[in-house]
Amino acid sequence: MALTARPPSELAGFDWEYAPAPEARDIVTIAARNQLYIGGKFVEPHSRKFFKTVNPATEETLAEVAEADEVDVDRAVNAAGEAFRSWSRLQPARRARYIFRISRLLQERSRELAVLETLDGGKPIKESRDVDLPLAAAHFFYYAGWADKLEWAFPNRSPRPLGVAGQIIPWNFPLLMLAWKIAPALAAGNTVVLKPAETTPLSALLFAEICEQAELPPGVVNIVTGAGQTGSYVVSHPGVRKVAFTGSTEVGKLIQRGLAGTGKRLTLELGGKAANIVFEDAPLDQAVEGIVNGIYFNQGHVCCAGSRLLVQESIQQPLLEKLKLRLGTLRLGDPLDKNTDVGAINSKQQLAKITGLVESGVREGAEIYQPECRLPERGYWFPPTLFTGVSQSHRIAREEIFGPVLSVLTFRTPEEAVEKANNTPYGLSAGIWTDKGSRILWMTERMRAGVVWANTYNRFDPTSPFGGYKESGFGREGGLQGLLAYVDLN
Amino acid sequence: MDVRKTYKMYAGGEFIRSESGRSYRADGVNVPRGSRKDVRDAVVAARSAFGGWSRRTAMNRGQILYRAAEMLDGRRAQFVALLGADRGARREVERAVEVLVWYAGWTDKLAQVTGTVNPVAGPYFNFTLPEPTGVVGVVAPEKPGLLGLVLRLAPALCGGNTMVGLLSESRPLPGLTLAEVLATSDLPAGVVNLISGRRAELLPWLAGHMNVNAIDAAGCTDEELAAVEKAAADSVKRVVRLSARDALSPYAVTSFMEFKTVWHPIGV
Repeated sequence: MALTARPPSELAGFDWEYAPAPEARDIVTIAARNQLYIGGKFVEPHSRKFFKTVNPATEETLAEVAEADEVDVDRAVNAAGEAFRSWSRLQPARRARYIFRISRLLQERSRELAVLETLDGGKPIKESRDVDLPLAAAHFFYYAGWADKLEWAFPNRSPRPLGVAGQIIPWNFPLLMLAWKIAPALAAGNTVVLKPAETTPLSALLFAEICEQAELPPGVVNIVTGAGQTGSYVVSHPGVRKVAFTGSTEVGKLIQRGLAGTGKRLTLELGGKAANIVFEDAPLDQAVEGIVNGIYFNQGHVCCAGSRLLVQESIQQPLLEKLKLRLGTLRLGDPLDKNTDVGAINSKQQLAKITGLVESGVREGAEIYQPECRLPERGYWFPPTLFTGVSQSHRIAREEIFGPVLSVLTFRTPEEAVEKANNTPYGLSAGIWTDKGSRILWMTERMRAGVVWANTYNRFDPTSPFGGYKESGFGREGGLQGLLAYVDLN
Repeated sequence: MDVRKTYKMYAGGEFIRSESGRSYRADGVNVPRGSRKDVRDAVVAARSAFGGWSRRTAMNRGQILYRAAEMLDGRRAQFVALLGADRGARREVERAVEVLVWYAGWTDKLAQVTGTVNPVAGPYFNFTLPEPTGVVGVVAPEKPGLLGLVLRLAPALCGGNTMVGLLSESRPLPGLTLAEVLATSDLPAGVVNLISGRRAELLPWLAGHMNVNAIDAAGCTDEELAAVEKAAADSVKRVVRLSARDALSPYAVTSFMEFKTVWHPIGV
């Protein structure tokens, strides 16, 4: 099943084929029908409606999942409101213990969750096992520790919880985004109603089971599954005091507009079009790894993906040669195979969006490069792609593609790099590759972006705040600053 | 016979009439009635000034804010007269000076109090610093005419933002006169831009402007706030209306700042 990109001719002497090494999927049991998790119980949806969630690598239906309607969301918010009264007054050290428990349970059941995440979302098992799961558990562990130390976080203030938080998360890192949302909310004494994305609801439902195992008081965490409509019920419910959304800038703006005048607190983590900037003195082999990690990690379904490569003109040719060579060794195929580098595109709709933008790139005159690469017959796939000869006005240089597609632009001077990097309404992240320390700091100062990776890319940690400038949203997740979104300092 | 003063708005470091040629009557004198074009021009001036101002050293920004306090203090009598020449007026001017001095002292401490070094689980050096969010639109409260504006202007500048302020419609003179203080405080041109006029006419253009990063809605009614928040969504603006407790606080400054996190590997 594992399909390998054919090696470029220079490497033809080597046998690059790996034997298939699929992770066993029998560790996961998926119920045929999945209910909503409200008030500490799995309950039938009032809507009586269910939708299918599929494995994007095979198009097989994995399960049916309840679609929460307005009544269901109302029940969830009421359950969370009820639970808030006791949870917010619980001794902080006890609150911490529950969150520590959750972290431990995530570690204990990490393989099961990783396989489920890969089945439902299409990401390589290597990533769900080594990135999503450890980070999710670490996030709960980090914020658990804050629960009884909040008064040390904000000088001259006694933080208080806000109430019920309505949280909406995307499909690219389902469990990790859940952790980013739920951990700080609970630590600060809030209760939550969380809606996972409609294409990846299963790990959130398994997380609900973990809440049960942790004996978390009923109603502290509620999971309502559904699509955008369900999300809009969560956002607009008057019982919700705080909304946290991660997703597209387009939907983020709708939510911000919708909440105008309601007094609800809001944090948004939206799209990006990050520049990954490589100077001529950069260590090229490391930079190539960073570029690959920046845009092909998780099939490019990453809001902070380094989707615009800005390369100094003098090294464009050698860098592109190395990069193309490296693309040829990326292994695309069965996400459950432990050697797979590039998994399945998350959904049919996303595949259509990527295809459409790539077509626009070709139409607008950029030059496309894709390594020779056989795509599986079934499922949603897109080969690692790069465009050269991209100009700043091309759609592929302006719009978030959210797929494994890299646009290469060039620059001559550091000033030009700054100008081009910041020439976007987004401002989530940036990458800088150079051997010169003073230049790193000079560039860092000028990047209008919330996260700057210098000589590295796509690193995450619970202690490290993450979030955007400009139209990439506001508020931070992670670190001490991440608590701000969930506390009232007045 | 006295030489009367023509009251003018302040934008791009210049004292200007409205491009519309209009004026309105307030506090017994003619005051420029700014237009939406004046607002847009002011945003251009503020954006051009942002790079330079935000990269001034914190120490230098502190010195300039302190200089503004000195200049204001030197014109105490003029402002007291403008504000009604009573005890309240004297107190207001004194408070305004205090506020400027207080924030002047915050510029080089903010990063130490709100920034962090983050102990990530890997061989990386990782730190987070507050940075100014960009151009802030300030809606000054109708009153107090001087202190209301100074309380909003000082934290925005303290953090390194540039600003476009809509002055109190009914009491624009203290704000217009404050421009004379700022113009003699070594503040680079365009860092502060002050527009007088009809709020209902100007606010939608400021709130909807795609090149404004944040709105300090201090002077907005609830109704205006809702409209501002709606218009702000088009460019994901930060809309802030601080509580009374945060009116004078470093949290007022960080409300108009972004946290930037930087990673670098550690290795030989």
